[in-house]
Amino acid sequence: MLSKEEAADIFERIKKHSSADEVEVLFYSGQSALTRFANNVIHQNVAEANDGVSLRTSFGGRTARASTNKLDDDSLKRVVRASEDLAKVQHPDPDLLPMPDPHERDRVSHDAFSAPPSRYFAETAAITPGLRAEGVGKIVAVADRHKLTTAGIFSNSEVVEGIFNSHGLSDWHTQTSAEISITMLARDSSGWQKSNSPDVRNLDPLALAETAARKAIDSAAPREMTPGKYTAILEPAAVLDIVGFMFWDFGGQAILDERSFLNNRIGTQLFGENVNIVDDVAHPLQSGAPFDGEGIRRQRVSLVENGIVKRVVYARGTAERMKKSAAPKVGPIAPTGHGFPLPNEMGEMPSNIVLSAPSQPQTLEQMISSTDRGILVTRLWYIREVDPYEKILTGMTRDGTFLIENGKVRAGVRNFRFNESLIHMLSNVEAMGAPVRASGEESFDMVVPAMKVRDFNFTEVTKF
Amino acid sequence: MNEILGWALNLAAQRGASYADARIVDDRSRSLATKNGKLGHASDAESQGVGIRVIADGAWGFAASKDLSRAVVEDTAARALAIARASARVKKEDVRLAPEKPVTAEWTTPYRIDPFTTSIEQNLDLLLRIDAELRSVSGVTLAETSMNFKREDSWFASSEGANIHQTKISTGAGYTAYAFAGTEIMKRSYPNSFGGQWQNKGYELIEELKLVENARRVAEEAVALHKAAQCPEGVSTIILDSSQLGLQIHESIGHPIELDRVLGMEANFAGTSFLTLDKLGRLRYGSELVNVVADARQEHGPGLGTFGFDDEGVPAQCTPIITHGLFTGYLSSRETAHIIGANRSGGTLRAECWNRLPMIRMTNISILPGEKPLTLEQLIADTDDGIYMETNKSWSIDDKRYNFQFGCEIGWEIEKGKRGRMLKNPSYSGITTEFWNSMDAICSRDQWTLWGTPNCGKGQPQQVMGTGHGASPARFRGIKVGSAYRGN
Repeated sequence: MLSKEEAADIFERIKKHSSADEVEVLFYSGQSALTRFANNVIHQNVAEANDGVSLRTSFGGRTARASTNKLDDDSLKRVVRASEDLAKVQHPDPDLLPMPDPHERDRVSHDAFSAPPSRYFAETAAITPGLRAEGVGKIVAVADRHKLTTAGIFSNSEVVEGIFNSHGLSDWHTQTSAEISITMLARDSSGWQKSNSPDVRNLDPLALAETAARKAIDSAAPREMTPGKYTAILEPAAVLDIVGFMFWDFGGQAILDERSFLNNRIGTQLFGENVNIVDDVAHPLQSGAPFDGEGIRRQRVSLVENGIVKRVVYARGTAERMKKSAAPKVGPIAPTGHGFPLPNEMGEMPSNIVLSAPSQPQTLEQMISSTDRGILVTRLWYIREVDPYEKILTGMTRDGTFLIENGKVRAGVRNFRFNESLIHMLSNVEAMGAPVRASGEESFDMVVPAMKVRDFNFTEVTKF
Repeated sequence: MNEILGWALNLAAQRGASYADARIVDDRSRSLATKNGKLGHASDAESQGVGIRVIADGAWGFAASKDLSRAVVEDTAARALAIARASARVKKEDVRLAPEKPVTAEWTTPYRIDPFTTSIEQNLDLLLRIDAELRSVSGVTLAETSMNFKREDSWFASSEGANIHQTKISTGAGYTAYAFAGTEIMKRSYPNSFGGQWQNKGYELIEELKLVENARRVAEEAVALHKAAQCPEGVSTIILDSSQLGLQIHESIGHPIELDRVLGMEANFAGTSFLTLDKLGRLRYGSELVNVVADARQEHGPGLGTFGFDDEGVPAQCTPIITHGLFTGYLSSRETAHIIGANRSGGTLRAECWNRLPMIRMTNISILPGEKPLTLEQLIADTDDGIYMETNKSWSIDDKRYNFQFGCEIGWEIEKGKRGRMLKNPSYSGITTEFWNSMDAICSRDQWTLWGTPNCGKGQPQQVMGTGHGASPARFRGIKVGSAYRGN
């Protein structure tokens, strides 16, 4: 993997080849491996090593990006020329800010930034193919014991992300990650569990396998239920995958572009009073680099307080444009360290979401026992946006969907299609659990609780 | 490049691999976008590396590296072997590959204008002219345009003696006009949504698409949708435009026929398939009019699924998938062919870039057009009552590929054979085989377009792939409509 010193040397070489007013280079470097299994055997098993640079040059309001994973001198010259050629032909953008320097970075974040804990663990980086195979062997043993078929992954990676610019700003982040995802399949039912962490010691493959197996066994012979509005208890991964779709709208640029569902809703009671959402890269259960695409440090931002949208996030340029615009505003208009690398048309978004703990968190068992009739959902799948302003999303339940009656899980049910508005859903949360680190497949990882939601709109049922 | 490939294969052979292949890929792309009269993004990207697959102790291993020096390539091959031997610790039977005669060949996407020789000024000027047309319509609040080019050079060699160099070029462009008013954000896209139209072709595609000429109409429709009636809920005859039908094919035919899905290999992520092996040759997938092929050959058209050879050296082929409504074929690979009694792979193993394992992917999955002349307007005239829907807006399907729901950007009521009032938020839903069995008309060849889906996701780690889908507008009877807004 690239070291910061090697990156600094590459940056100097790039600068020498460039005639631009300003130069910024994003570095990436990493090794990753993934052991994949299905039908109780390892059927795919891969590893890769890669590093590269993504270079931005700027000439008086004109900027463009070029990237390469070839770091020899000729290739660096070529990538500089590619970026400069793309930049020079543009019309100058009067809104393009000069790149930040360390003073601006430090001034902007002042006391709103906390450095996250170290997210690099040697034990995770050191996982070998043999250790992954051993872990998979244990998962398969659980499947064999329960006479189930299992499929899933066991992966690990170590990566670095870095930024240097010609105003002396630089930052560097190293991180490891391990992930286990398990599906257990019975004749007519299935169960699923997934977990990841920078520290592989936080993962328990046997516990995940047993839980997935139990879900598959308990949801066998699923009943077909009539579609309609039900009380739904969504496990954390299900919550994550559906609510994740709204965070693309929590940036200043989305509001300026009038493509956000928050347009004309800022400051109103949008969700229930029990909904509180922050973006916090330093949260101990969070992950990722603590700086954005321009090197500004990611601040902790309280997005929603008691159901009211209090702030959105801003890249530097978006904050300046918002100040000059007539768009409705909420909270301080200042860079928050959430910008995408420039140039881009999306602006920024929060990506270290934490749904705060309720005052009286309930366990899943407590939510179930307090439910007369409802549906327990393990995960949601193939979620897509039906209506961008009402935030109606559609998707399916999957891998462990159950009927709750009189406070007990009674049976598995055939999977539902839902068409649910996030505004409605988050206004009807009757209970929440303690937030946990969750991972799904449709949205980025978050720290979220399980939720008991009233009148969740299941519109159709499928054949399994 | 052959020397580099040789380092990998020789090392693998020396250390006991029963099979090995290596694939060097050099990718280049240019991506441009505008938004509301200004640059959205402008980027140029390249990536090069080698991916090495081996079978050792009867199991697969794969390793990839960007470094093409001899020491690293040999080390990467050694890693692949170590990974294969770890895989062998949890296996039941050895990998078995269908035979394939090794080929030495060169293949290049036919093109007229190399898109990378066009000037960036020319590209941006076109996008800004489209943008100006879109924003000239009062009520448009956001105009987005994009243009993308890709070139992939790949060098493939196998321990069986295959040696293939391919150069593939693809081009894509499109735009969307958004209109925000009241409590609605409406949008219209052209030529297609979510990235536009893509083909394996040169810059001549951009000239063919008539992008500027359609911009004003598209923008006017985005604004007009605010005054349109909401799509009613109920059961109706529907006619789908060819781009929406292309996506319908992708989701409800293309994915369930992937044999690795059928065999459970994607169960943890993309899902499985209702097309269990007993259904081959027996299931009535659609009506007599439904004929679908998986065709990677150039003669099918310049689709994103067109190539000379797949990523394990198997020549492009045409496989009949649905023949007069009967289910007749899967997408297969050398590893999976024997499971369906085929003595040869169907040639559908593809990988995104050098650092991803090739896996079964769609090629061009297309519905054949109707044999009798029939235009869209004639089809509408032949329909008493129904809804015509155009351009996808949302899509979702369950993990066995049964229950689906699609939303489109715009619809029109059909009353007594005439296009009537505009409808907003049209949606429809159903069960895959019931839907295809309800198709009772499809337009002819002159109405057929080979659409490109540039970003189909599959696999762990995930990879995206371009797929092609040819379709003409078609009619379906007794379809549930409007369900996306039920209860909301």
